[in-house]
Amino acid sequence: MTTLRSASRQTRRTRTARTATLATTFATVLSALALTSPALAETKLRIGLQQEPTVLDPTSDATASIDSMLTHNVFESLTTVDESGAVLPNLASDWTISEDGLTYTFTLVEGATFHDGTAFDAEDVKFTFERAMAEGSTNPSKSIFEPIESVTVIDPKTIEFKLNRKDAFFLFNVAQGDASIIAPESVEANATKPVGTGPFMFDSWTRGDRLTLAKYADYRDAADVKIDKVEFRFISDPAAATAALMSEELDAFPGFPAPELMTQFEADPRFKTVVGSTNGEVILALNNSKPPFNDLKARQALSHAIDRAEIIDGAMYGMAVPIGSFYPPHAPDYIDLTGLYPHDSAKAKQMFEEAGVTEELTLRVPPFPYATRSGEIVQAELAKAGIKVKLENVEWGFWIDEVYKKKNYDMTIIAHTAPNDLSNFARGPKYFYGYQSDDFDALWNKIKTESDTAARAELTKQAQTYLAENAVHGFLFQLPQLSVYRNGVDGFWAASPVLFQPLAGVTIQ
Amino acid sequence: MRAHRAINLWLGAALVLPMIAIAAISLIWTPYDVTLLDVGNKFAPPSPSHWLGTDQLGRDVASLLMSASVNSLTVAFVAVGMGGSLGVMLGLLASAFGGWVETLVMRLADLGFAFPALLFAIMLATAFGPSLSNAILAIAFINIPVFARVARGAANQVWTRDFVLAGQAAGLGRARLTFDHILPNIAAPIIVQATIEFAVAILAEAALSYLGLGAQPPLPSWGRMLSEAQTLMYLAPELAIYPGLCIIIAVLGFGLLGDGLRDVTDPRLKQVRA
Repeated sequence: MTTLRSASRQTRRTRTARTATLATTFATVLSALALTSPALAETKLRIGLQQEPTVLDPTSDATASIDSMLTHNVFESLTTVDESGAVLPNLASDWTISEDGLTYTFTLVEGATFHDGTAFDAEDVKFTFERAMAEGSTNPSKSIFEPIESVTVIDPKTIEFKLNRKDAFFLFNVAQGDASIIAPESVEANATKPVGTGPFMFDSWTRGDRLTLAKYADYRDAADVKIDKVEFRFISDPAAATAALMSEELDAFPGFPAPELMTQFEADPRFKTVVGSTNGEVILALNNSKPPFNDLKARQALSHAIDRAEIIDGAMYGMAVPIGSFYPPHAPDYIDLTGLYPHDSAKAKQMFEEAGVTEELTLRVPPFPYATRSGEIVQAELAKAGIKVKLENVEWGFWIDEVYKKKNYDMTIIAHTAPNDLSNFARGPKYFYGYQSDDFDALWNKIKTESDTAARAELTKQAQTYLAENAVHGFLFQLPQLSVYRNGVDGFWAASPVLFQPLAGVTIQ
Repeated sequence: MRAHRAINLWLGAALVLPMIAIAAISLIWTPYDVTLLDVGNKFAPPSPSHWLGTDQLGRDVASLLMSASVNSLTVAFVAVGMGGSLGVMLGLLASAFGGWVETLVMRLADLGFAFPALLFAIMLATAFGPSLSNAILAIAFINIPVFARVARGAANQVWTRDFVLAGQAAGLGRARLTFDHILPNIAAPIIVQATIEFAVAILAEAALSYLGLGAQPPLPSWGRMLSEAQTLMYLAPELAIYPGLCIIIAVLGFGLLGDGLRDVTDPRLKQVRA
């Protein structure tokens, strides 16, 4: 109707060229208005994110923000996980596990399709897992697939997994983004144009600025999805993030980087704030492969030198829980080991002297506020224990190359956000910890194959104690999940048990 | 007229001299040790024990500002000194030989002008890690073409003066003439330029430190204090205002001093105004 009306207006006013031009402009504006007005009614969720990935395929790159944007939004996995970390059905509607715990048979959901229109069936699952298990696979979490012996298609809606050993975490692991179900037709383009079966389909990606998703109309539970469009904006600078929230350009900032501003947002009636937990253990990682920290005495001295209360107060404004080992405090199997090496600068100094540590040590920290801020405090605390520390704030790429890949560091500060990551200490001397212990490897082997919950809890506690006693790293605090939401935005998880955040259940008023 | 000219000079000196004095004092004494954290006492308001209060880690802000001034002045002095002497040498060389030497030096200077200091600092930081000495190198680098141009321009004028021509006629070599007669006669514009470049260098150091490419913790720096105070603007705006004021005073002070010196020393200005 509107376009018709503006066309007639245009013919009436063609007496002079000048008015014609004016009328055309007017008509264009009118029709543009008519076109955009239904768009105003659509619900759009604008989310701020600190980290921008370089590719968009969660099955080939370890960057956490790929998972936080796409996993269980664009991509789906066989199972999923709820806010408490419990495993729920997803693309697999049901499953049975054999008596010996080695055979898993999944029944797949009806009505799931990929965003390019192709159907989802057991062949896609087989393709996904065989690609991840393959020799030259670039999957960032190969250990998830390591216990799988074979994947067999029984019929298009049934698939069977045979394991070569019991794996207590199997159902939890296949819920992760690393095991996102992909189609052979679209796998090549997933790095820039991801195609999955999830409630949202990829819309556009402007590098350095934003990534948008649109609701997938043919999603099997499309009626439950309340949002039409999702826009992720990449804002790494805490001050810019604050400004964007304040000017209401964003609806949500899960993982807000500046704890000092939480009280500010709390006091503002336009916003609500949530301080939740993550699986992130923030550690003062020590290079166990070379002096001085290949010596237990030096590591113990360091554990005495650090003052967690001061670090949490200074770097996190009190918004974090201290840890004494490598396990998140909200987990049921957690034991508090923070008292094992009480803060004592004098004792630390004496122990450093006994261990013969006199040289200047380097502390290379990645560009995350929790790390750079903690770094300055750690530097001052070690100075009190007689150790001079050279603090280097380095770029993320430099950190990945020099610290993570080449182990060219004495100390660094990093959060390990993946769930069940006690396995890091069993990754052998090539991992950037440079740590290897036969005792711990044996302990971890028992944990990952033990299916009895009580027995596994006991073993997990042993592992925590073992790491704390060996002071493998300086264990600092559990990374909090600080979130700021505009009032009226609901449905985000307060806690982050996994790297992803499903957006299908989020609502905006 | 003379009094007006002197105002810039005196204003500049009034801003710069106290700053240099404070920097000198902080070398031997600051109210508190700047590496000393007192997290329990963060964001303390100004009081007799902490004149300007404490920052987000409980450090004494007055002590931090004092120590940071040493850092700023040192960087400016070393960078302008290094870049300046190299630039003047190149300018004198170009002027003494003329021809293709002059063309080469001046085109290289153009190239140097076209190269942003920040880019150079980022390159150095990527290759060798960020540090204060790399920041100094980067600032020194941008000063070379500035001084090369000033020195060459001034020297070219002196080479046409009668006493130089007389020296040439008497058989004095280019090197002898350059160092004994040209250099002393171009000292004034170079000192003026150096003073102005001092202000530029202080600003550049603050910018590099703000971006994390300059002074590394625990070495205090105005630029880094500014960047750390950025998210604290709602909580403690004074933490951004203090270092900001220091930068303004330093840059304005050296700028006015440079202007004042030029007004007093430039012979052309004297002729016009006399």
